[in-house]
Amino acid sequence: MIAELGHFALILALVVAVVQGTVPLIGAQTRSAAWIAVARPAANAQFAFVAIAFAALTYSFVVSDFSVLAVAKNSHTLKPLMYKITGVWGNHEGSLLLWILILTLFGAAVAWFGTNLPPGLRARVLAVQSLIGVGFLSFILWTSNPFERVLEVPFEGNGLNPLLQDPGLAFHPPFLYLGYVGFSMAFSFAVAALIEGRVDPAWARWVRPWTLAAWTFLTIGIVLGSWWAYYELGWGGFWFWDPVENASFMPWLAGTALLHSAVVVERRDTLKSWTILLAILTFSLSLLGTFIVRSGILTSVHAFATDPERGYFILGFLVLVIGGSLILYAVRAPLLKSGGLFAPVSREGALVLNNLLLATATATVLLGTLYPLMLDLFTGKKVSVGGPFFEATFFPIMAPLLAAAVFGPMLPWKRGDLMGAFQRLRVAFFVSAGIALAVWAFVSGSSWLSTLGIALGAWLVAGSFASLAERIKLLRAPLTDSLSRAINMPRAAWGMTLAHTGLGIFLLGGTIMLTWQTESIQVMRPGETVTVAGYELTFQGVGNIPGPNYMAERALFSVSRNGEPFTNLLPEKRAYVSSSMATTEAGIKATWAGDLYAVIGDADGKGGWATRFFFKPFVHWMWIGASVMVLGGVVSLTDRRHRVGAPAQRRKTAIGPGQAPAPQMAGE
Amino acid sequence: MRPMAYMPPVMFAIVAVALALGLLIVKPKEIPSALIGQPVPEFDLPSVVGTPHGFSNADLIGNVSIVNVFASWCLPCRAEHPLWVEVGEGGLVPVYGLNYKDSQENASKWLADFGDPYTSIGADLNGRVGVDFGVYGVPETFVIDGQGFIQLKFIGPIDRFALENEILPMVQELQALMVAEGAE
Repeated sequence: MIAELGHFALILALVVAVVQGTVPLIGAQTRSAAWIAVARPAANAQFAFVAIAFAALTYSFVVSDFSVLAVAKNSHTLKPLMYKITGVWGNHEGSLLLWILILTLFGAAVAWFGTNLPPGLRARVLAVQSLIGVGFLSFILWTSNPFERVLEVPFEGNGLNPLLQDPGLAFHPPFLYLGYVGFSMAFSFAVAALIEGRVDPAWARWVRPWTLAAWTFLTIGIVLGSWWAYYELGWGGFWFWDPVENASFMPWLAGTALLHSAVVVERRDTLKSWTILLAILTFSLSLLGTFIVRSGILTSVHAFATDPERGYFILGFLVLVIGGSLILYAVRAPLLKSGGLFAPVSREGALVLNNLLLATATATVLLGTLYPLMLDLFTGKKVSVGGPFFEATFFPIMAPLLAAAVFGPMLPWKRGDLMGAFQRLRVAFFVSAGIALAVWAFVSGSSWLSTLGIALGAWLVAGSFASLAERIKLLRAPLTDSLSRAINMPRAAWGMTLAHTGLGIFLLGGTIMLTWQTESIQVMRPGETVTVAGYELTFQGVGNIPGPNYMAERALFSVSRNGEPFTNLLPEKRAYVSSSMATTEAGIKATWAGDLYAVIGDADGKGGWATRFFFKPFVHWMWIGASVMVLGGVVSLTDRRHRVGAPAQRRKTAIGPGQAPAPQMAGE
Repeated sequence: MRPMAYMPPVMFAIVAVALALGLLIVKPKEIPSALIGQPVPEFDLPSVVGTPHGFSNADLIGNVSIVNVFASWCLPCRAEHPLWVEVGEGGLVPVYGLNYKDSQENASKWLADFGDPYTSIGADLNGRVGVDFGVYGVPETFVIDGQGFIQLKFIGPIDRFALENEILPMVQELQALMVAEGAE
């Protein structure tokens, strides 16, 4: 009964979506206030119906209603409650429903908070957003109904993939989707602007916070996934350039570019056509990622249950959405008038460089991801593109980007002076070069690559600090004056400083970890000791520990340092009751210098156990750096300008509400 | 109208056509089994540095065997590797490794790190032998009968279910067949 209610609510949501996708669009075109007014209540209703469906599915999972196919296939009565709930999106159908929930949530958010948007623009945005919803709701109803029943109800469910029963991964998909789907806002605004034939700073002021929010969520999602891979998979790695990982990374790169170009539109009223294109491409890459993950067109460890039928549907949808919006772009974009001019060396110029490099990096990742497929089609050759390709192509593009990232904020708008900027950055330059050279000279195992990584990381941190110091006139004005400048500095500027600093910290951590990690693999018998990075690990033995729905073999290693007892590490190997799968849980001790990481393998049958230890120096800097980047996104979101939307209101009062003839209106 | 503005839709059209062909032709997960029932291609590969002997098609005659295509840069290979270590330790069937387009240094480090379950390994530096085997992506696994004919091809990383329900039963069936034929 509950499941049928959910199914019915989904059908109603589709009906509402069709109305919301057409009526306001026609209304905005014919300037019919009544038709325009349909958009807001429809967005609310659509969200409410999808929320009901999602609640119904969650309920079915919580009470273990195995007459629902998705529950029977993916849940188990012995599962802890938290994983029953996260199991809702641990499968194809449920995760698609979560995707739609977030899509309609963003639509509803525009209806709630978009009160200061011109009604025509708001109606068009909501209509475009709803048309995306029509596609996804049709997809779920026709190919992936989460409420499908089973006729012979099983007594017990199949259980969730044990790898997914982990807090890090349980919350990885929602954040990832908030990011992916969040870019649909920028897309809807871009298409609405193309229909209107007008892009102005007020438009950019609206697009920026949505893009920023999506970017922040996506960053959290990607980091959660990497962190999970690091401690759960037991390989000690965190990024593998797998097609599915790339699928989340490409929108992140394009979204980062969009974040920067939207600043130029907002502040200088130029780069409009490019920003619109980026907004379309960013969301297109999100959709492409969905296609890659769910069609099974590329083999990947992450793939959901794949199904070529679904592949056709998503591909058709991709062609409609991406192809349609790009053709609209081709027809309408030339009508967008460009605003302010700028010299190559200027803040705008730096942001254009940022965009060029990020776009190239995105294209590189896209190429590497799709290349095996293309080559197979045209030559019949079968290849896999792995880490070596991406390491050889991606990092050389990122290095100049990171070097230039520090210059950008030091350059004024319109026209800048490179030498002048360098003058003001020379302390940061010498500090970072000094650190890198000192590490190269005094720490064994350095390579030119590690030296470059450290130099760039230190340059980002020191350079961000230098631009902050200049803004608040540190040491050049009285300290209280500097402090009040710091407090009054726009939150967006703080956000930028934090995000760039976080990226530097991340880069330092990653470089040091990859260059100086040590590892040791051996077969050990109880009582034996192995030394790794100055820690003596003594194998005390293995015991069986029952978990709620698994049996664990837990090893005990007592760790001492210089003969002093230091800590115990308890890595586990878990065998799950409901499936024959086993997972490893690494034993990790975080120290200020890095992580000591232990994994227990299989018994050799002769009293010994395969064991594997790592010492990963500075690895926590990566997580700290990523958190600082996220913090930068959050701080920037709290910027006053985003909340007030000042210019939009000023325009309203100046020219009259709603359909003001904006100065940039060139196409109508 | 600016022709440049039509670049993005045109490029997307090319990608979309490729993806559509990909769905139609490449048929995910049910990739060509043209080699099933065919003899293994002829090859003679040198060993991976640090392992005792190389690997040639002559090794596959006389015994039911498994050929596993792997590379150190391939993530799914790591996922399936513990199962191969287990099979190698079990000793029921020889597992040969085809180290696909890999650097020698990385491959031998990988084997030292994760264990070497292989009876012997051939270093397929330029991927020529992999292409002859019709390798689509790494990892891939083949079951070869005693006469050197390919009887099963498994694409992607194996999991315990596939190993115990698909691969090992095929091995046992072929081994039983050999015993029966030997008795005649």
